[in-house]
Amino acid sequence: MGTRTGMEVSAAISEAVKLARAEIIAAYPITPQTHIVEELARMVADGELYAEFIMVESEHSAMSACVGAAAVGARSFTATAAQGLALMHEMLYIASGLRLPIVMVVVNRAMSAPISIWGDHSDIMAERDSGWIQLFAETGQEAFDLTIQAFKIAEDQRVSLPVVVNIDGFTLSHVIEPLVVESQEDVDKFLPPFKPVIQLDPDKPITIGAVGFPELYTEIKKQQNVALVESYKVIIEVWKQFREQFGREYHPIETYRSEDAEILIHIAGSTAGTARVAVDMLREKGEKVGLIRTRLWRPYPFGDIRKTVAKAKAIAAVDRCLSFGGPGGPMCSELKAALYNLDQRPFIAGFIAGLGGRDIMIEDFFTIVEETKRLLEEGQEDEYRMIGVRE
Amino acid sequence: MIEIRWHGRGGQGAVASAEILALAVIDEGKAAQAFPSFGPERRGAPVMAFTRIDDDFIYLRTGIAEPDIVVVLDPTVVAAVDVTSGLKDKGLIVLNTHKRIDEVPKEFDNKYRLAVVDATKIAREEIRSPITNTTMLGAFARATGLVSLESVEKQISKRFPSVAEANIRAMRRAYDETVIKE
Repeated sequence: MGTRTGMEVSAAISEAVKLARAEIIAAYPITPQTHIVEELARMVADGELYAEFIMVESEHSAMSACVGAAAVGARSFTATAAQGLALMHEMLYIASGLRLPIVMVVVNRAMSAPISIWGDHSDIMAERDSGWIQLFAETGQEAFDLTIQAFKIAEDQRVSLPVVVNIDGFTLSHVIEPLVVESQEDVDKFLPPFKPVIQLDPDKPITIGAVGFPELYTEIKKQQNVALVESYKVIIEVWKQFREQFGREYHPIETYRSEDAEILIHIAGSTAGTARVAVDMLREKGEKVGLIRTRLWRPYPFGDIRKTVAKAKAIAAVDRCLSFGGPGGPMCSELKAALYNLDQRPFIAGFIAGLGGRDIMIEDFFTIVEETKRLLEEGQEDEYRMIGVRE
Repeated sequence: MIEIRWHGRGGQGAVASAEILALAVIDEGKAAQAFPSFGPERRGAPVMAFTRIDDDFIYLRTGIAEPDIVVVLDPTVVAAVDVTSGLKDKGLIVLNTHKRIDEVPKEFDNKYRLAVVDATKIAREEIRSPITNTTMLGAFARATGLVSLESVEKQISKRFPSVAEANIRAMRRAYDETVIKE
C-alpha cells in the first residue's frame, strides 16, 4: 500500500530511485538538481540504499560512469541540469548507441549565457536527437511514478535504451506537495531486477562500442531508431501495468477538457498546471478552450497527437525554449511536422514563454488564447511570438 | 485557495516555516504547496517563502503575487521591503514585533487585519536563539485557525528532532500570546 505524504518533489525522486533499488548513482552537483543527489548520497551513506555513489569530477564523467556501470549490468541513475547536461552531450550518444538502459532525471534549467539557474526547456531540447526516450512530468506524483517506470521501460529487453525524465527546475523540483509514495514490496513487484541483454564480464570478454565502418553504421543506426520507435508499445504496456497495480493512468499525450475544444493550448511540464487553471476560467466565460500536454517527447507520439487535435480549430503551441533563427519552439515545430500532410489540420500559432524562470501566469494564457483567435482570423503574421517581453 | 507569503531574513528559517505549514496541512488531509523564492540567497538578506492551502490538489505553478496572508518573521524586514505588496484587501498580517498592537503603524491596521506577537523575545527565552520560524507558526495557527498545533508539532519533531521540545514550547507560547485585531 502506498502512503500519502507531503514531500519535496526532489526528495520524492530520490525516494523513487531508492525504491527502484538503483545500484550505481554517479552525479555531479548542479542547481537545481542538487536536492535529488544530496538526498541519494545521504541514503547511501546512511545505509538506506545499498548502492555505490560515485563522486565524479564532471557531468561528462557522471555519464561515463553510468555507461560503464550499465554495461556490466548495474542499474544506473544520474541527474543533472543545463550546462551539466550539455557537458554530458557526447556521452549521451554513447549511452543510447550502446543501448544502455540508464535512467536520468533532468531538472530543466535555462542554458547560459547570461547565467541563469532558473527553469526552461532549452537544456533538454539541445539533446532532442540523442536517442534517449524522453518524458516530461507535470506534478510531483508524476515525477515519482515516471522515475520508477523509466527503469522498467529502459531495461525491457525489447527496448534496452536510456530514459530521461524531465522536471521543471524550481517550479517543480523545489516544491513541497502531497503525493503517494509506494511501498518497497509493491515497487519490487512492478520492477524486477535488471537483466541486461549483453554484459561486460572479465570471465567472458567481449567488446562493445567498437568501430562501425561505413558498411555497418547505417544498419546500426536504423536498428537503434527502430528500437526507439518500437519502444512506444512497451511504454504503453508499462503504463497499463502501472495503472493495474497502482491505479494511476498515464498517456503519451495528456488532455484536459479537450473533447469539444476549438482552441487547444499545448505545453509540456509543470506549467500545464497553470494552463489547466486558465482553461477552467476561460470555460466559465463560455470559451471552448482545452489543454493538451506532451508527456512522451521521444519517441514522438504522432498517432496520439493527430487523434487528439483532429477536431480543434487551432492549437496555441507554447514552448519554453527558443530555436534561434528557426521556426520557433521545438515542440511547436514537431506539432506542425506531425500535422502537415493531413488534409484537415488545425491552425497552429507558436508562442515562446517562460524562458529562464520567467513565470507563465494565468493571464499569459489568456493573452495566448486571444492572440491565437486573432491569428486564426487574420492569418499568421510571423512564425511565432514571444509572450511577456518588456520592450 | 489561501495564499501565504513569508518574510524573513536569510538564516531565520522562513523557508522551513512555509514547508512545515504545508506538510502539517497535508498531514491533516488537505492539499498544500510550499516553495522558496527561487534563487541564490544570502544570510541576513530579506528572503521570502510561500505556502498555498486548498481542499483539492493545487495545479497552479506560479509565484504568489497577491497573498491572503503575510507572515513577518523579522521586525526589521518591514523597513527593507514592502511586506504588504499585493496583499489582498482585508488580508491578514502576522507580525513579529515587540510593539503593542495599537502602536503598530497605521498603514498596517486600516486596510488589513493584524496579529502581533513578540516572537524574538519568546524564541530567545525558550530556544535561546533569535530564530523565529517555529514561534511564528504558533502565531500563524492562532491568527488563522488554518492548522492545528498538534499537526505543526508533529512536523517540528520530525524536522528538528534534537531541539523539538524548546521549539514546540516557543510555538505554544506564541499561540497563547498572539494578539489579534480584526
